[in-house]
Amino acid sequence: MSEKPMTTAKHPRTEMPVQPPFVRIQNYLEVALGYGEAEAQAEAKRCLQCKKPLCRQGCPVEIDIKGFIGQLQKGDLPGAYKVLREYNSLPSVCGRVCPQETQCEGMCILGKNPQKTGGAVAIGRLERYVADTFAARLAEGDAACLQITGEAACRMTRDDVKVACIGAGPASLTVAGYLAALGIKVTVFEALHEAGGVLVYGIPEFRLPKSIVRREIDAMKELGAEFKTNWVGGKAVTVQELFDQGYKAVFIGVGAGLPQFMKVPGENSIGVFSANEYLTRVNLGRAYDFPNYDTPIFKAEEVCVVGGGNVAMDAARTALRLGAKKVSIVYRRTKAEMPARLEELEHAIEEGVQLELLCSPLALNADENKRLVSMTVQNMKLGEPDASGRCRPVPIEGDTRDIPCQLVVIAVGTKPNPILLEATKGLALNKRGYIDANPETGETSIHNVFAGGDIVTGAATVISAMGAGRKAAKEIAKRLLGTEA
Amino acid sequence: MSYRILEKKVLIPGQTTLLVIDAPHVAQKAKPGNFIILRTSEKGERIPLTIADCDAKAGTVTIVFLVVGKSTAELNTFEEGQSILDFCGPLGKATHIEKQGTVICVGGGTGVAAMHHIAKGHAAAGNRVVAVIGARNKDLLLFCSELGNFCPEVLVATDDGSQGHKGFVTEVLKQRLEEDKDISEVVAIGPVPMMEAVAKVTKPFGVKTTVSLNSIMVDGIGMCGACRCTVGGETKFACVDGPEFDGHEVDFGELRLRLSQFRPQEQESMKLFQEKCKCAEGK
Repeated sequence: MSEKPMTTAKHPRTEMPVQPPFVRIQNYLEVALGYGEAEAQAEAKRCLQCKKPLCRQGCPVEIDIKGFIGQLQKGDLPGAYKVLREYNSLPSVCGRVCPQETQCEGMCILGKNPQKTGGAVAIGRLERYVADTFAARLAEGDAACLQITGEAACRMTRDDVKVACIGAGPASLTVAGYLAALGIKVTVFEALHEAGGVLVYGIPEFRLPKSIVRREIDAMKELGAEFKTNWVGGKAVTVQELFDQGYKAVFIGVGAGLPQFMKVPGENSIGVFSANEYLTRVNLGRAYDFPNYDTPIFKAEEVCVVGGGNVAMDAARTALRLGAKKVSIVYRRTKAEMPARLEELEHAIEEGVQLELLCSPLALNADENKRLVSMTVQNMKLGEPDASGRCRPVPIEGDTRDIPCQLVVIAVGTKPNPILLEATKGLALNKRGYIDANPETGETSIHNVFAGGDIVTGAATVISAMGAGRKAAKEIAKRLLGTEA
Repeated sequence: MSYRILEKKVLIPGQTTLLVIDAPHVAQKAKPGNFIILRTSEKGERIPLTIADCDAKAGTVTIVFLVVGKSTAELNTFEEGQSILDFCGPLGKATHIEKQGTVICVGGGTGVAAMHHIAKGHAAAGNRVVAVIGARNKDLLLFCSELGNFCPEVLVATDDGSQGHKGFVTEVLKQRLEEDKDISEVVAIGPVPMMEAVAKVTKPFGVKTTVSLNSIMVDGIGMCGACRCTVGGETKFACVDGPEFDGHEVDFGELRLRLSQFRPQEQESMKLFQEKCKCAEGK
């Protein structure tokens, strides 16, 4: 490297262009527009290329971050992409949806003294730049292997070794891509009519365009992976039947399906939705384009979204785009404890989402036709830290208030979906009802049945699901291909 | 992959249609009480329909639908030989069927079709099945002769008295319950008011009463909770906990209101579709 890294307050973290708030709330297009070449170069140059990089320790899949940014500094885009792909199956996705501020960027040495250094290197934005730009430059036809692995050639698909994945979300997609590149015949069974899991039904278009997910899936198909949509694991096909059909291993990546409700009075009133339903209608069903698309969505002037995670942010910002006059996030702690990705919270506030903090729903009040009119909340204060390290919210006795709203979206988490679990004999579950899987290999209590993602951990991140998928895929490859893997 | 329509039978013109769909992976697994979700085309919504019949050997699933809105009106434009884009199933818990004696299966409107599959299951298990079906008049009665194939009795009620008892199915049911104290179960599928009325009739007799709920659904696999209903004071998901529940425990009033949740949008969509159809006809 000839140039010295530019890491003074004069060279702060490079901003990423975004659609202005007043424009973007009137469309459903992606908010963050991504770096151009000059911005990416400027940001890459801020990286100190530390001898002992801390960023990598913050990454759940231990991406060689220094390595890929180093390649970028040299102007070697394919090289940077190859490094990313060695660790991360969906870099275009992770660059957009990872909570970088608590992972890689949270560990970056430049983030320790932002006044002096201009802040942590924008690793997520660079990851996105590398993945998007590389994919855009790929020639058609011979691109699939390059896209999936960063290598020019993959092995031919062989028919004698086949593996089944149940569910087509981030964990299964990782397994499918990894094994398909090794020539293993992979079949992915998806219950919904479109593959992608949470990337398709959950995360809105304005945060993660569907075309990116489709690009990845198309490349896997070119490598020989087969996607069977409308197949419900545990209903249309069981794990045992897959073995009977000659599959040598089965990967379960069905996600944490069942939405949690709050068990407060009035929860079944008209106008009360789980975030899963609200977002699935809009994203999978494209209800934002109703009546051009047939799936309807419920609209209201005043909307409350309960919860403080990414799903709550997505629901609140979706409601704004669907024309709500006032959208409030109702959260029982304060802004500091919100589990949402910082960028999503900032974007939501910029767009006009209100925060109703330190309050928790007590009742959902409806009129005589059972239509929602308001939410009664219990005001809270912060108490001692709990097991999660966050301060526990404590009710202030007798202090309640009503928030008028005609639509409530509940985004307070999920529980394991019972369909596949009940249909799979001998599958050991943990105390919380999720699948008990070996943390090193992903193998379950059933030989050659692996699991990963939310159905093992409970609701977590895309990157951790991918990490689990990768571990399982490596183990499956080792077992099925032996030394050839 | 798409799913071919092998047979289309108009049961009531412009209103009720039967389709036999080529869907081996569903047919081989489907049991009485299960439902499917289909989508006609790329812009279509997911439509849940209870399975009316299936043939595992032929790999076919029979569905019967009532034209109630845009999506079903569009489905009704599909002809034999054409294909439906998505067909997912079997979904929901299958009917609990065991040899238990005499079972009365009550069906109203299009619900008779779904009831048919369940009645068939009970008959196959060795139960004596009494079918009670109703419609406004005899021309609107569904599955009358099919039920006759395995039910020793098919009792009919029509609003105008054009066939069978003049009046409601509940009146026929009540009379049957009074005459025969040895009924082990009553199964009712049909419009919400009918199922509610059936549950009311059977309650004093203390007969186990099973109803199949037609809640609004999106995914049908327990992901969204659109179909939640109150049963015995507890919230249940019709798609994974049901669709069949104890009729004496279901909050029908809530179900009825929840079914109206999207009525304005449904009407808007239907109006646009009808205008488009008129335009097409005008050409």
